[in-house]
Amino acid sequence: MGKIGLIIWREFITRVRKPSFLVMTVLGPLLIVGGIALVVFLGMQESGVQNIVVVDKAGLLTNKLKETDDINFYYEQADMSDSIFKASPYTAMVEVNPLVLENNTIQLFYKALPSLSTQNYLSTEIEKVIEKEKLRVNQVDPEVYQRIKTSLKLQLFDIDKAGKRSYDQAKAGIGFAFGYLIFIFIFLYGVQVMRGVMEEKQNRVVEVLISSVKPFQLMMGKIIGIALVGLTQFLLWILLTSVLSTVGMGFAKDKISASALEQAGPQVSTQLQNQLGQGVQGAGEGEANEQLGMVLDIWNDMPIAAILGLFLFYFLGGYLLYSSMFAAVGAAVDSETDTQQFMLPITLPMMLSIFIAQTAVYNPDGPAVFWCSIIPFTSPVVMMIRIAMGNAFEHPWELALSMGLLIATFIFTTWLAGRIYRTGILMYGKKVTWKEMGKWLFYRG
Amino acid sequence: MANGIAPVFSPRYLRPAITALKANGMLVLEDIVKRYGTHLALDGVSMEVPQGKVFGLLGPNGAGKTTLIRIITRITGPDSGRVLFNGTPMTDADASTLGYLPEERGLYKKMKVGEQALYLARLKGMEKSDATRKLKDWFARWEMDGWWNKKVEELSKGMAQKVQFITTVLHSPKLLILDEPFSGFDPVNAELVRLEILRLRDEGVTVMLSTHNMGSVEELCDHIALIDHSKVVLSGSVREVRQRYSEATYRVDYTGSKVAFADALSFHGELLDHREAEGISIARVKLLHGATVNQVLSAILPAVQVQGVHEEVPRMHDIFIRAVGAKETRPAAAEMTE
Repeated sequence: MGKIGLIIWREFITRVRKPSFLVMTVLGPLLIVGGIALVVFLGMQESGVQNIVVVDKAGLLTNKLKETDDINFYYEQADMSDSIFKASPYTAMVEVNPLVLENNTIQLFYKALPSLSTQNYLSTEIEKVIEKEKLRVNQVDPEVYQRIKTSLKLQLFDIDKAGKRSYDQAKAGIGFAFGYLIFIFIFLYGVQVMRGVMEEKQNRVVEVLISSVKPFQLMMGKIIGIALVGLTQFLLWILLTSVLSTVGMGFAKDKISASALEQAGPQVSTQLQNQLGQGVQGAGEGEANEQLGMVLDIWNDMPIAAILGLFLFYFLGGYLLYSSMFAAVGAAVDSETDTQQFMLPITLPMMLSIFIAQTAVYNPDGPAVFWCSIIPFTSPVVMMIRIAMGNAFEHPWELALSMGLLIATFIFTTWLAGRIYRTGILMYGKKVTWKEMGKWLFYRG
Repeated sequence: MANGIAPVFSPRYLRPAITALKANGMLVLEDIVKRYGTHLALDGVSMEVPQGKVFGLLGPNGAGKTTLIRIITRITGPDSGRVLFNGTPMTDADASTLGYLPEERGLYKKMKVGEQALYLARLKGMEKSDATRKLKDWFARWEMDGWWNKKVEELSKGMAQKVQFITTVLHSPKLLILDEPFSGFDPVNAELVRLEILRLRDEGVTVMLSTHNMGSVEELCDHIALIDHSKVVLSGSVREVRQRYSEATYRVDYTGSKVAFADALSFHGELLDHREAEGISIARVKLLHGATVNQVLSAILPAVQVQGVHEEVPRMHDIFIRAVGAKETRPAAAEMTE
């Protein structure tokens, strides 16, 4: 093992052995899975049984709404004042105005806001009744109406990819996820590099080390060692998350699928029932099949290996670019409070890349997205979206330019950082300015 | 020696010593210049560190000692000038064989002592098994058993300093550079380190010692160089430097009449002070008008009973203050380097 190997090993092993690494490794996936589970759980959660009173002077809805286990309907012909409603055991009150057939408006008063699924259920139920009523008033045969009613689905095709449905939005989303991962990684571990350098400087270990190794070796050893810690952590997270979610899914499967289908059923039915002329359950399955088909389509459509390869490239390229700058900042300052002024120029392009990435999801061909996917300080995040969308593969020279620039720039910033680093680590008690740092670049090694 | 007093009739071997030194220079610095921006950190520094000796690098704070050491260890490079190691220009490979104990030194707080010492040793190119064995030896010798698995943050400052010293010398360097090696040590451990330095010297290791502790310079150093304001203002063997700073002051022990003694001195010498101790008179005499000790002796011998005559050699502490304090009279300081 060479000297740089020893440094990498130390950086890696001391961090991985820390209790905080273990805690984060376990806690990370728990938080991810737990968070998703919580959202799903809260979405499904019903705030108890809803007793809804329908004030229906015209008698339009009376006894026509379908009840469920959790939703009961009661009908009133007479107006109900607010105070009476408040004192009543009803949880919500629907007021049907006599003009509902013209203005399509219904008012819902509640004591505690009903869940979104309850609201959806209510509006679909009422919609169906009112539709029927309108058909009767206009003397339209429901049979005829079913036939002529149209629910349009716009299917997108890219002319360059004949015969294939285009899923650009979904792909952009995947690209954004990759880009976001890179962003998070650079930030989390770049700051760790900075802290590590500062620690060595503050407790003067660096004075001892520097007679055995070159400053550049020390800096690169730390950067690589911490990258390995990060990759290990991510790998463990992916592993643990997939194990946890498999277990979690298996555990909650029956519950979720049963109740979810029941909840989703009525909604889905209005969209597809007429078009497909199928029952509620069948419509639900059709939707699910279509979604599965879409996932498979996207999967088959994307060059997965190339995307993962490029992800790794931009992941490491971006990290090397930024972490060397973080190392230079750590070397230049005496304490964490002094880092502020130097952090801004590093965090600014990072933030910009995330903003641009967000717009790229909706407008991947915009000039801002193009330039930011070429400029190395933003390209790791932004180019991932163009890669995931396949756009980058259509312009190979742009991809090559972006990659080439990233390599050239990280070599340059690493060299630059190395020069600041080797002067900075041995300089104490001096308030470092930009001008001062500029001078360091030209000191003889 | 310990009291700063050398026998009066000791042979002066100034020139031969210096020529011998040139022949043996294990480390030779030639006209080193180093600038930081507009600040001139080192201005034409030259010196020779003889093989197998303890060489004291002295100077006030900010004089340029640390910069010079960093140039020797190749942490930084000179703007001009050369560093010769065993007669050839120092390379990175040479530099990594040195043992360097920096003044500002630290350890990773969260690492275990043994693990950390091993890491530092392996960075110096030692094999793991070899380093482990030697470390265990040192730990046993310096009564540090049971420290191996302690974390550095659990150690006292003195304990950490011991670990630092061991890791500096573990790989048996031929040239050892120690910057304030005694700081943070209690007297017992300071003595341990002092003996260790002498032992290493006797084994042929060349030691460059940078310190402000003039007592340890007198005890340990064979040669010194004093840097002030980026220049070498004084150098040579310790004995020779002290001789050079002597001001023809002698201590005369005698029995007899003080008045007779003072009269006998007449214009050969000036009586600086006089005291009595256990029936013996002790006088400090400064020779005047180029008088020799012999002339003084022949003048006072008839008057009193002379018990002993010693030249008063200045202590390194006083030499340091005089050399560095003479800032306004720069030409005089320059003369001293002649």
